[in-house]
Amino acid sequence: MVLFILRRLWLAALVCLTVLVVSFALTHLSGDLAASIAGPNATAADIAIITKNYGLDRPLVVQFLEWAGHAAEGDLGRSFLYHAPVSGLIRDRLPVTLTLGLTGLSIALLIGLPLGILAAVREGSAIDRGIMMVALLGQAMPGFWLGLVMIVLLGLELQWLPISGVETWQGYIMPGIVLAFSAIPALMRLTRSGMIDALAADYIRTARAKGLSRTKIILKHALRNAAMPVVSIAAVQLGFMLGGSVVIESVFALPGVGYLAWESIIKNDFPVVQAVVLFLAVIYIVLTLLADMMNALLDPRLRA
Amino acid sequence: MSSVGIAQALPGRRRFPAFRRLATLLGVVIVGTALLVAIFAPYLTPHDPFAQDLNLRLIPPVWMEGGQPTHLLGTDQIGRDYLSRLIYGTRISMLIGVLAVITSGLIGITLGIVGGFYGGRTDDFVMFLITCRLSIPLILVALTVVALVGSSLAVVILTLGLLLWDRFAVVARTTAMQVRNLDYIAAAQAAGASRVHILVREVLPNIANHLVVVATLEMALAILLEAALSFLGLGVPPPLPSWGLMIAEAKEYMFFSPWVIMTPGVVLFVLVLGVNLLGDGLRDMLGADLER
Amino acid sequence: MTASLQDPVLSVANLRVSIGGRTEAVRGMSLAVARGETHCMVGESGCGKSISALSVMNLLPRGIIRTADHIRFQGQDLLAMSERQMSRLRGDKISMIFQEPMTSLNPAYTIGSQMSEVLERHRRAIRRQAMDRAAELLARVGITAPGMRLGQYPHQLSGGLRQRVMIAMALMCDPELLIADEPTTALDVTVQAQILRLLQKLQQELGLALLLITHDLGVVARMAQRVSVMYAGEVVETGAVGDVFAAPTHPYTRGLLDCIPVPGKTQTGEPLGNIPGMVPRIPPGFAGCGFRDRCMSAAPECAQAVPLRDAGGDHSYLCRLPPDWTRASAA
Repeated sequence: MVLFILRRLWLAALVCLTVLVVSFALTHLSGDLAASIAGPNATAADIAIITKNYGLDRPLVVQFLEWAGHAAEGDLGRSFLYHAPVSGLIRDRLPVTLTLGLTGLSIALLIGLPLGILAAVREGSAIDRGIMMVALLGQAMPGFWLGLVMIVLLGLELQWLPISGVETWQGYIMPGIVLAFSAIPALMRLTRSGMIDALAADYIRTARAKGLSRTKIILKHALRNAAMPVVSIAAVQLGFMLGGSVVIESVFALPGVGYLAWESIIKNDFPVVQAVVLFLAVIYIVLTLLADMMNALLDPRLRA
Repeated sequence: MSSVGIAQALPGRRRFPAFRRLATLLGVVIVGTALLVAIFAPYLTPHDPFAQDLNLRLIPPVWMEGGQPTHLLGTDQIGRDYLSRLIYGTRISMLIGVLAVITSGLIGITLGIVGGFYGGRTDDFVMFLITCRLSIPLILVALTVVALVGSSLAVVILTLGLLLWDRFAVVARTTAMQVRNLDYIAAAQAAGASRVHILVREVLPNIANHLVVVATLEMALAILLEAALSFLGLGVPPPLPSWGLMIAEAKEYMFFSPWVIMTPGVVLFVLVLGVNLLGDGLRDMLGADLER
Repeated sequence: MTASLQDPVLSVANLRVSIGGRTEAVRGMSLAVARGETHCMVGESGCGKSISALSVMNLLPRGIIRTADHIRFQGQDLLAMSERQMSRLRGDKISMIFQEPMTSLNPAYTIGSQMSEVLERHRRAIRRQAMDRAAELLARVGITAPGMRLGQYPHQLSGGLRQRVMIAMALMCDPELLIADEPTTALDVTVQAQILRLLQKLQQELGLALLLITHDLGVVARMAQRVSVMYAGEVVETGAVGDVFAAPTHPYTRGLLDCIPVPGKTQTGEPLGNIPGMVPRIPPGFAGCGFRDRCMSAAPECAQAVPLRDAGGDHSYLCRLPPDWTRASAA
């Protein structure tokens, strides 16, 4: 177990390092950064000043080492636009994005798990077909468009929910649903296939031979064994949702990390962009690490 | 008779072939239509999709009040014919879907087969690359690249192609691993076939069915992502009629005339649904079960 | 075939099982198991033994349909029971153990948890009592340090130990009837003998009715008082073990017995018998003897309904041939 965790941690550290390089390379290799910062109306002299001020004339390796060294200490640089430390900007906006992601995941689990279980238990029936159809529809739904349609319909026509902002908790409902939509199909399919496999296992026959109730067989004996891939996919989906918050937050004008990132990209505030990419990647890595550990708790065979 | 015997004796899980065949057929029809529309776009459009006419702004579709038969789906905020723009938008979506999948397929399949077939350290490295790719926030990085390099159709295609290879790699790797241990591979090796020859001539055809299914999934994803990027203003540049861009441009008017966002959204949804239905149908036909 | 036993614990009459309407897996099987008796069902794999047992338990997979004149357990008609009523009986009065000890236990829960839930379900026992009972039974099936085993997971136990756990779990509620479906097939030879000895001991001590499914006539000879030989979904011969072994009358039973070497009887160098061919799949509407394609004594009339013949005592068989045909053919 200890070895397993150590191995995973080592891998996670390597991935972090790679992402660090990628997010640096992303902003430094794909175009003339100084020109991008200066904007379209800048003169050659402006660009030269910017190049000098930001240290962009130094060798890339030096720039990278400096940035990575600071990043490792939690200093992600300063925003050109806000003239403030990037870490502070992210910290201020993180609660909104996290709340949004967790709302989305909760809704997705609340809908995806029961429907997936139901489809598996009634495999091949009209209910199963119907549920799988829902999964297909959800998979094809463009999130940003669904958001707009909901704004028009629920916000404007029916006036049930606020159309933007998070002044009240209701502000999280629509974006939460839209985010959940992106995760439900995968969760549902995986729950279904995991449950079908588990329900066909010999130990389910044993449980039936013991006279256990149907509910107990499905929810205790089958679900526990089907849960592992679901936990993994839930973690991955939460990571994707946080990454996908760029789109949803700009649709609903939510002041989260995603919105910050979008704004920074548009306005060439590259230290922020770099930092958000790195930050989201680290969150994803931590989430999958947590999922692996949870699976070790779920499956005694992995603990040995 | 053991339980295994019983399971084998069962007529197989009930599959409702009629229903599934109908769904697949629907997928084929949708994708086929989109393909034809994309190819023959110039002959199908009633108007020039780029021609502006400020006198004909925001005309609603023909079935709504104030609609005009000359503009079946109405016009946008600067008087361009919606139907014509949607037709040309099909071209962009299909082009991006197909080309991005070809790019990402080449990368992912190569990595996956090499890792799965050779195993050991090579495989560790491929797995590492896949993990890295998955931890990079997709949309954010795509947006950044487009913002820095400059938005154009080619940049969007290339960016998506370079990002969407992970599932190809995962599936190719797993199936290549399974295929590696089969008899005919051993036979080919015994017969002195070179490794590249074995990979290309023996392994690839035998995992092709799985990869075709992945290709449809990725194509659907690429189409959706392009729309999202364009919607955020960092995808296909205006005045190209990308569906995502159409939605973005119409966004300001959606409160007064909601249909402006409805039509491009619906066609986008239908096309992606069609590609997914096609993929599900192929999965059934080719027996490629990706979730196990 | 009617069971002639007085007051059997389990009595099955004319059981038919159809798989998806395409295969007749069991065709009019009848069986009676008496109190405190070991009854062996023997036959090749694929002849309908397990599926008959699962029918009794009503544990058939979906798409498999059972019908019967009656399936009676202690006078109650199991056919008339709802799934809920049936589940109250399973694990309580009727227990079953299976062929695959490696996969029959849930990998996610401890031995103790899986054992105690039987008592919690049927006796409304609290966890502590149930655990005590589980420990007691683990000791009874010959597992050392039962307290430690309760906290272990299935993957930490060997196949033989797991099968012992399965047996102990089946005994949690003091069942009247234990159905054991090839309980030793998946185990090493030495472990097989231990498990069989254990089952025999428990059957005698607890006065269990034991319905033991096996393909091994050696097991039958060792364990059973009565034997039912199954072939292609039918009981082709049944009777007290002594009678059937002494005078096997159905050609299939004879064929099976010829396949095992008997010390002192089988001459060295003399080839063992074998039955050519395989168990056929029986389609709906099949008539006559299912064994006729492999039978040395087959005749045209075997394609018609086969009579059930009495061979004396409780010994009966399903064949056109008279009881003394073996002597006639030997002469």
